[in-house]
Amino acid sequence: MSSLFSSLKMMTKGAMRCVLITNHLKFFETIGNFQLLQVTVRDALNQAMDEELERDERVFLLGEEVAQYDGAYKVSRGLWKKYGDKRIIDTPISEMGFAGIAVGAAMAGLRPICEFMTFNFSMQAIDQVINSAAKTCYMSAGLQAVPIVFRGPNGASAGVAAQHSQCFAAWYGHCPGLKVVSPWNSEDARGLLKSAIRDDNPVVVLENELMYGVAFEVSEQGLSKDFTIPIGKAKVERPGNHVTLVSHSRMVGHCLDAAAVLAKEGIECEVINLRTIRPLDVETIEASVVKTNHLITVEGGWPQFGVGAEICARIMEGPAFNYLDAPVIRVTGVDIPMPYAKILEDNSTPQIKDIIFSVKKTLNM
Amino acid sequence: VLKVLLSLSNTARNIDFINGISLCIYGGARLVGSTRSFADFSPQASFDIKKCELHRLDQGPPTQALLTREQGLKYYRTMQTMRRMELKADQLYKQKIIRGFCHLYDGQEACAVGIEAGINPSDHLITAYRAHGYTYTRGVSVKEILAELTGRRGGVAKGKGGSMHMYAKHFYGGNGIVGAQVPLGAGLALACQYKGNNEVCVTLYGDGAANQGQIFESFNMAALWKLPCIFICENNKYGMGTSVERASASTDYFKRGDFIPGLKVDGMDVLTVREATKFAADYCRSGKGPILMELETYRYHGHSMSDPGVSYRTREEIQEVRSKSDPISMLKDRMISNNMASLEEIKEIDVEIRKEIEEAAQFATSDPEPPLEELCNHIFYNEPPMEVRGTNPWSKLKSIS
Repeated sequence: MSSLFSSLKMMTKGAMRCVLITNHLKFFETIGNFQLLQVTVRDALNQAMDEELERDERVFLLGEEVAQYDGAYKVSRGLWKKYGDKRIIDTPISEMGFAGIAVGAAMAGLRPICEFMTFNFSMQAIDQVINSAAKTCYMSAGLQAVPIVFRGPNGASAGVAAQHSQCFAAWYGHCPGLKVVSPWNSEDARGLLKSAIRDDNPVVVLENELMYGVAFEVSEQGLSKDFTIPIGKAKVERPGNHVTLVSHSRMVGHCLDAAAVLAKEGIECEVINLRTIRPLDVETIEASVVKTNHLITVEGGWPQFGVGAEICARIMEGPAFNYLDAPVIRVTGVDIPMPYAKILEDNSTPQIKDIIFSVKKTLNM
Repeated sequence: VLKVLLSLSNTARNIDFINGISLCIYGGARLVGSTRSFADFSPQASFDIKKCELHRLDQGPPTQALLTREQGLKYYRTMQTMRRMELKADQLYKQKIIRGFCHLYDGQEACAVGIEAGINPSDHLITAYRAHGYTYTRGVSVKEILAELTGRRGGVAKGKGGSMHMYAKHFYGGNGIVGAQVPLGAGLALACQYKGNNEVCVTLYGDGAANQGQIFESFNMAALWKLPCIFICENNKYGMGTSVERASASTDYFKRGDFIPGLKVDGMDVLTVREATKFAADYCRSGKGPILMELETYRYHGHSMSDPGVSYRTREEIQEVRSKSDPISMLKDRMISNNMASLEEIKEIDVEIRKEIEEAAQFATSDPEPPLEELCNHIFYNEPPMEVRGTNPWSKLKSIS
């Protein structure tokens, strides 16, 4: 009997130990999940829209293929099934028409998300974005608000050639009355899109097609339904002392990769992710320049009248100018329409080696 | 009263006799200085109105309109106020107190007043740049309109917008880019449908804008989604200096919605416009989708104050419309000949309006310009204060919303 008991005891103890061990494993797993939750940029945008659609019934999405096709790039996957025809609207191929319709709906108090399949097609509708949306609050002396979001992929993709590869950061960033954001990673995508939807003003969200499938770790805080990133604040992604690299969207990743290579040679780059193009967070850049004395801007768009050009001008006009040990350098896309052949395309936008080369040049190495 | 009684008994000679007597009595009354009482006027009358040409519709608006004395006086007052306001703007522009663009609406009053009479204040309306009339019918005072034209702080947009950018509740301007207001209007209609509030949106454009591609994009989406949008083409025969024949392969603007039903309406008669608008609004509210109205109308002024308006049309043509089809005269004649108002009463209204316009012009010329501190305000809505770069790097301006 006692042996039965002791074996039972052993079994239960063992069972308990098993349970404890399993619980422990679960605990570690949770910790693991906590740290390693990977979300692609696509899913981050999808979740952001889903949460905002649920939170506010005035929010709706319209654009080409956003509903039944689940989105040309699958960013709106599942939303039509969940919310139906009223809130997820497939439009005909009529950018000027549907962008204007979206702006009119916003004027009447709804909160539309107007998707451009790519921002290249927004040129067809740019009058509605600028003249009907951006300028109206000012022209009406505050009587008429336009709470609208224009979003879609911007900039170079892969092999889509000249008419489908233009970066519009400088074009939209030029205009008062607009806010322009350019997320890089998944946390950016979630936080900035949610802020844009909650903003009572026209916001242009410049996504990047090549980033849609890239997964990033997102913190638990970043996954909360009320997680927003303030529009107009840049983020220091990597601290450093020797040179400041300022970038937006996909190029932020290139800067971090370049920084990793340069670190092996003892050069510590501070990488700033602009997150917002307009209003530009020049204070964060200035604080960094005061520390590093060297500044390089990196963008995918063309050099003339671009984001980097604006940063140069602002730095020159501000207190950080006196802290520069060298002129600001711009690393940009090549000043040509985007070619098709892979070797040509690869050499049309900044590569990591271009950033490394520029860093060494500015540091006189 | 005698006249009415005798006319009932149908004796023509007696009517003449009674007419003569009434003239004496009234003449006497005038000498004594008393005016006719309300009981002397007909409270209402029914008028035959022009039939509308139809496109894809089996039935059109009624061919008879009932006008009450009260309505008639209101329409008269509104149209005359608009007329005088536009003429005052003309004067102020020539004195260089109004600058930039100024597109005047005189001649087209029946359109704005008739439309407003056919919809509710809770409905929505958007138009292009010839917008002063609609700004008034949608509720903004003459004072605020003129002060906006003269760019003063008392203007409806605080002097920030000018002639083409005036807004009010359920009135979305005033839009400067030809045709851009049409997709906006379709969007306003989408919002009505989305909210399920039984409201409609009146979306106006001109014969010149009618050839804009975005209008056809709007027609397509409005019809596809059955948006409660009343598209209205104000055809005043000229898009700036280009006549309709020189601009459009088809000048049947009411048919250009193709799959959208349309009606062609006499835009110089406020009653025809009202009945057509009511018809159109009922159509939209019943969920049948959009409808298109072409209003045949005419502008006395040129395209804008920079256009004398006689290089592409003759003075005779303008004079002919003025004498034969003026909307205000037509209403006045109708009311007087149907005993719904007296000439004195109309004259009194005119005097009141003249006074109102004078006072408004006085305000518009004496009110100060907006303060420089307001230069950068209202860039955004509901936003914390921010800094705006001025003309040079040291100029840091403040913007509040």
